[in-house]
Parts: sequence; C-alpha cells; structure tokens
Amino acid sequence: MTGTEGTMPVLRAQNLGIQFGGLKAVDSFNMEIGESELVGLIGPNGAGKTTVFNLITGVYKPTEGSFYLNGQSMNGKKTHQIVEAGIARTFQNIRLFKKMSVIDNVKAAMGAKLSYNLFHAVFRTPSYWKQEEELTKRAEELLQIVHLNGKEDYEAGNLPYGEQRRLEIARALATDMKLLLLDEPAAGMNPTETEELLEIINYIRDEFKISVLLIEHDMSLVMKICERISVLDFGTTIAAGTPEEIANHPKVIEAYLGKDDEEVEEDA
Amino acid sequence: MTFSLFFQSLINGLNQGAIYALIALGYTMVYGIIRMINFAHGDFIMIGAYTLFYTIPMMIHAGMPAWISVFLAVVICAAVGVLVEVIAYKPVRRAGSMSALITALAMSLFLENLAMVLFGAKPHNVQKIFDLPSVNVLGVALPLNVILTIGIGVVMMACLQIFIKSTKIGKAMRAVPQDRDASILAGINVNKVITMTFAIGSALAAVAALMYCAKYPRVTNDMGSMMGLKAFIAAVLGGIGVIPGAMLGGILVGLIEIYVKLFAPGWYEAITYGILIVILLVKPSGILGKNVGEKV
Amino acid sequence: MEKRFKVSYFLNFLGVLAVFFLFVMLFENNAFGRSTQYIKGISTTACYTIIMVASLNLVVGCMGEFSLGHAGFVSVGAYASAIVSNGLTGKGLPDIALFLVALLAGGIAAGLTGVLVGIPALRLRGDYLAIVTIAFAEIIRVLFCNLSITGGGKTMSGIIKLSNFYWSFWIMVVCITVMYMYVRSRFGRTVKAIREDYIAASASGINVTYYKVLTFTVAAFFAGIGGGVYAHYMTAMIPTNFNFMYSAELLSEVIIGGIGSITGSIIGASFLSSLPEMMRQFSQYRMLAYSVVLVLVMIFKPGGIFGAWEFSLIRVYERLTGRKGGWEKSRKKTEGGV
Repeated sequence: MTGTEGTMPVLRAQNLGIQFGGLKAVDSFNMEIGESELVGLIGPNGAGKTTVFNLITGVYKPTEGSFYLNGQSMNGKKTHQIVEAGIARTFQNIRLFKKMSVIDNVKAAMGAKLSYNLFHAVFRTPSYWKQEEELTKRAEELLQIVHLNGKEDYEAGNLPYGEQRRLEIARALATDMKLLLLDEPAAGMNPTETEELLEIINYIRDEFKISVLLIEHDMSLVMKICERISVLDFGTTIAAGTPEEIANHPKVIEAYLGKDDEEVEEDA
Repeated sequence: MTFSLFFQSLINGLNQGAIYALIALGYTMVYGIIRMINFAHGDFIMIGAYTLFYTIPMMIHAGMPAWISVFLAVVICAAVGVLVEVIAYKPVRRAGSMSALITALAMSLFLENLAMVLFGAKPHNVQKIFDLPSVNVLGVALPLNVILTIGIGVVMMACLQIFIKSTKIGKAMRAVPQDRDASILAGINVNKVITMTFAIGSALAAVAALMYCAKYPRVTNDMGSMMGLKAFIAAVLGGIGVIPGAMLGGILVGLIEIYVKLFAPGWYEAITYGILIVILLVKPSGILGKNVGEKV
Repeated sequence: MEKRFKVSYFLNFLGVLAVFFLFVMLFENNAFGRSTQYIKGISTTACYTIIMVASLNLVVGCMGEFSLGHAGFVSVGAYASAIVSNGLTGKGLPDIALFLVALLAGGIAAGLTGVLVGIPALRLRGDYLAIVTIAFAEIIRVLFCNLSITGGGKTMSGIIKLSNFYWSFWIMVVCITVMYMYVRSRFGRTVKAIREDYIAASASGINVTYYKVLTFTVAAFFAGIGGGVYAHYMTAMIPTNFNFMYSAELLSEVIIGGIGSITGSIIGASFLSSLPEMMRQFSQYRMLAYSVVLVLVMIFKPGGIFGAWEFSLIRVYERLTGRKGGWEKSRKKTEGGV
C-alpha cells in the first residue's frame, strides 16, 4: 500500500485497531496516503469505516497500532491537536453549528494561532479589525468554492440538506488541513448534486494539494473519483487496490451481496 | 480515640446515614426513571415535616394512634408531588434537561418561600410519635430509633426493588428511561408512569421526613435544600438511578460526615462536597452504577 | 474599522453619557425629595447586580452551561477586595485609586478561583456541571467561614464605603463593554460553536477545554468585581450571604432577563434588584414571585423574556433615518461559481 515512492506519505496507519470490550471494531488497519492522493474507504454498514475516522482524528484512542501524519506520530493526541497538525473531517450525520450563521461556521474553524488575542479583542485594536477582515475574506472564498457564496448570513440549520453537507466541507477546509476525511459526503444527494460535489472535491484536491480519504456508499462516485480503494468488512481490510481490481474482487462482492446459495451449500 | 467515642460516632453516623439514604431513595428513583434531578425533592420532605407537625397533634387529639398521621403525610406529599409534576414539570418535559433542572430549582424556591409565607420563618417543633428507649450496647447508648430508621430504609429499598423488577408497572418504569418513544409504541402510558414515579418518590419523602423528625424535631422552611443536596450527593456516590446505591451512598456519607466532624468540625461540610466533586470527576456513575458512553 | 461600527460605538457612548447625566440631574436636584439618597442606593445595588448577572450570562448564554455556584466567585471578589482596601487605606491613595485597585484585586482573585474551579468542573456538562458548581461554591463558603481574616464565620465589617453611584455606574459600563467585546469577537464565536456541538468544535481544531475555562474565568473575574462593588457598598458581609440561594437568585435573573442577552441582563437585573426595595413590605413574597415568574418563563418562553435579542442604538438610528445597509461605499459582491 504505497503512494508515491520515496516521499513521506501524508498519512501512514500501521496495524491500527480498537477493541470495545469483546468486540474488535477495527482490526489491523493499514494504509498509506501520499500527497494529493484520493483514496476511498468502502464496505457494508457497520464495517468500521467511521470508526477508522474516529481513530485517526483522536476521538477514539487506539488499543493497538499507530498512525503518523507526515511522519509525526499522532497516537494519543487530542482531537484539536490532530486537527491543528493537519487532519480535518466531516461527519456522517452532519454536525454543523446549527444556530450560527453560515459564515460563522467557517470562521469558527479558522486556527486560533493565527488570530488576535484577548487584549486585542477587548480593546478593538486595529490589529483586531484587520484580522477579522482577513478571516471574513478567507471564509467568503471558501464558501465560494463550495458554491455557497451569497448565503453567508443564513442560519446554518436552515440550509437544505445538500448545502449543509457542502458547508461542512468548507468548514473542514478552513482548518488548513493536509488530509481531508469525508464521511459519506454524497449521502442523500441526487445525481446533479453528486456531480457538483465531485467537481468540488477535484477542485480542492488540485488547488490545495491536499489528500482525501473518502467513505462513500455511492459506488459511481467512488469508482469515478478514487485512485485507490480499501474495503472493510467487520473491521478487517478484505481488499485494497485500484477501482477496477476492487470491482471484480470476489471477497468484495461477497461482502456486499453475500454468498451465492450454491457456494454456501458447498462450504457446509 | 476511645472505643466508646468511636462506637458512638458509628451509631450517629449510621443514624444520619439512614436518613440520608431514605431521602436519596426518592432522588435516585426519580432520576432512574425520568432522568431528571428533582431539586425540589428535599422540599417535599419539608412539606412532609410540616404536615406531620399538624397531623400528629391532630391524631392524638382525636384519640387515634399517632402513626396514622404518617399515612396522612404520605398522601399529602404524594399529592403535592403529583401536582408539582403536572403543573410545572410536565410542560417542560420535552424541552431538555436544562429546562427541567431550572424548573425544578424554581419549584424548590417556590415551595420554600410558600412555606415561609404560610408558616412563618420561626422553626416549628414536630412532636415525637414514638419514643423508643436506648439500649446499652458495649457501654454505649444505642437509640433504637436508629435501628428503626435503618430498618425502614432497608424495607423500603427491598420493596422498591421488588416492585421495579417484578411488577408490570415496574417494568414500564424501567423501559421509559431506555427509550421513551419506543415505550409509547409498546403501549406504555408514559405520562402515567412518570406521574406514578413522582407519587412514589414524594411518598418516600414523607417517610424520610418522619425519620428525620424523630432525630431532629426542629422544622424550618429551608431545611429541605441543604439536606436535599447532601442526600443527592449520597445518591450520586452510591450510583444515581440504582436503588441499593441510595442506601449505600447514604450510609457512607453519614458515616464520613460524623467522623470528619470529630477531627475538623468547621470543615466537615467541605469534605462532603469534596466527595461529590471527586466522584463526579472520577466515576460519575457512582459506586454501583454503570458507565454509558456517547456515540460519535 | 468599518464605518458602521464607528457610528455604532459613538452612538452607544452618547447614549450611556445621556443616561448618566439624566441620573446626575435627578440625584443632584433631589428629584425624589427625601428618598433621593435611598434611590441612589438602590441604583448602586442595581449596578453591581448587573455586573454579576451579565457575567453569569457569559457562562449561561454564551457557553450554554448552568453555573449554580456564581455566588462563590462573587464572595471571593468581595472578600479579596475588602482585604486589599483595608490593607491599603491610609497610605495616601486617593479614594478612586483605592477603589479601583481593590476591585481589580477582587476580580483577579475571583478569576484565579475561576481557573481552579473551571479546570476540573468543566469536564462535566449539563446537570452534573450544575451540581458540581454548587459543591465548589459551598466549599468556598466553608473556607471563608473558617479563615480569621474573613471574619471567621462572623460578619466582616468596617469595609470602607467606596461604592458611590457615580463610580459604580461607570465601572458597570466598562465591565459590560468588555464582556460585550468578548462575546462579539472570535472568543465568543468559538465558545458558541462549542455550545452548539462540542464534538464538531473539537473536529474544527478548537481546544474545547481551553475556551471553556477561559470564558468561565472571565465570568468569574467580573463576578469578583461585582462582589467588590457589593462589599464596598454594604460595608459588612458574612459568608452565608453568598449561599446557594444567592447563586440561584442570580441564575434566575439571567434566565428571566434572557439567556444570551446582555440587554436582558441589564434590564432584568436592574428591575429585579430594585423591585424588592421598592416593595419593602412585600419582601417575603419576593422570592416567591421570582420562582413563579421563573416557572412561567420556563414554560412559555424558555429563552428568557428578551431571549437572545440585544437592544441596538444603531438599529434605532437606521430605522429613523432609513439608512439600512448603506454604510459601505461599495462592497464587491462575489458572484458566480468556482
């Protein structure tokens, strides 16, 4: 599972796993993602895909293995530290700041280290005004990328579903990440919206040179956009390779469609 | 420390603890079923105490055995509990736990101040309805009141456990906190369950008031809140929502308070509150409780 | 700075100045006859109550958590400032400087307490956080009851009466302004995001613990300043003044006034603190009325009477002059797609 040979992979997961009591939700997960690579993570429901996301964003602490971002170990780091290091994500069930405005959702994610401190905020120094203006400008640019320009002051919870998903992407982009984790970004979208999403993902990958790890159920999207795909079932990686390889892989077909009746009888 | 001092403190601690335990039972029951901290629970006890203040002399005057007044107090407390639930808690039930907390706080304030307006700020003394002798054990006076209090507590706890585990209503009471909507779909009348929970919880408060007044006959309108808070700490320590936890927590808090009082009389309250803080930070589900995580 | 903000700040300053001169006129001309001093006193009471209530609103409205131990921070501020002013008196400092130094000491002491309490307490949320704040406040009370420097459980008296209305008014104005600036900055934005969804906030790179403790500390700081003004007005206090009941009262005022509305806190606090004084003979009904109002508010308007709405002078101005949205010379409208 190597990306571009010779250079440091952006993400390297090594035997990553987590066990909840007696249940091994993720077992020996291995993956390497290079710069600007777009990798897909697929598998039936409950296979552990979101759990992998939770592991590499620090929501869960791995019970085995480790993972590295640009060579730096991320084990045991808190979520916000991992985000600051460069991994950002969207959520399967959309977690927006619903009562805040669209633009504030994006601004909220813009790194604290680059911003004014308490003194400047309280005394409204020129530095405060300048930085707020920059934040606003950058947020507007990001919203434009996801085609939400013009809706800056809408309440985030009032956006239609597809736009909420795109807003989540804009918010993730605001963190200036090197690796973007998208958790079912096309869920509930119609074909037109999915096309638009595809354009956006391609655009940000080319423009910002970021790597993307994508969980999706929409196979057409996955096949079209991913360079490599890993398949999870019951927590273990059952296959990994190019879209063509995966499409014809017997284990993958079995995981999604189940075994043929004849084969079951043969095994018995 | 002499043995008799140690033993005397043990008795005091158990007595105090048993009272806390009885109060904690009500908290834990309501929380276990409705997932709501009824701030006003301590004040239901205050109501029970004031009721006893009036009903005990009334019964004695009427020539009836004094302990019938307890039944009256139970009925009145249960009625007040149901009233409070229907008027104040039910409308905010779906609004979130913070609204429920504030409403409970408001009801607590309301009851305390209503009592002050009705009965005045001067303390009242509740007549003792039973005066059990003290037995001399190992050179120390052991008031049988203590045994009675603990006994009643254990009986209540056992009854509750059996009720919850075996009866149909009890099962309904266990289903509601797990999934309210599913309970409705399963045909459970959730409103009735919740109202009944409050009735039972408040009735327990009346019993707790009785045992409290046996030890501390002085009744004021603000006796509810501080005592309620300490009993709440007991419930959390033992495991909130777990019925035996209330007994365990109550006894522990009572014992710790009395023993700490021996060494640092000015600071013993701080220790009690310190216990609460530590428990909530280290194991919020309490000694007998189970941990439940959150799904991302 | 955008022009609209400049105008807004100017208008607000004029408004505050106008209110101040109104009070000066009323009081200096004995507009209330013999009750003038009395009403002046109530107004001072309102000033420090406003500071306390607004500071609690930072926690409740901005951060979305309930603190039932705010009286603890108030008491720390009260006692710390009293100790400092007692210590520094007679050293040749002009009264106003003495007052400000004492208040600052009170605020800093309370702020430090806020950090100490916040770090463990803010790991909890909802009901449990509320309970833990009660516990901490009670521990603070027990502490003050046992220290001799704070009177050892008895009344601490002899505090210099430094809080006159005019100083208290401007101190209140400054405090409210700073709190307002905090909320309308990236700090407020970050904390509101945490309130909305702390998991998503974490995933957006926000150090949730840091911002929660920071907001809590700022709230405690101002609570301490409020306590300082209180101490130097009452000139005597006892630790049981700052009990759970007081915390509950402050919280009720926040909720009734409006969760997240500084306007609501100002109006609610001034009204609710002056009302009982004006209805002296009904004082025993005060908390009764409070609790009824609180229940009614929770049932019918859970966000509080003012909700999250803020009174805005510049909006009034815009409406009067019909100038809405015409402030900037030109704003490049971004159009089209990628």
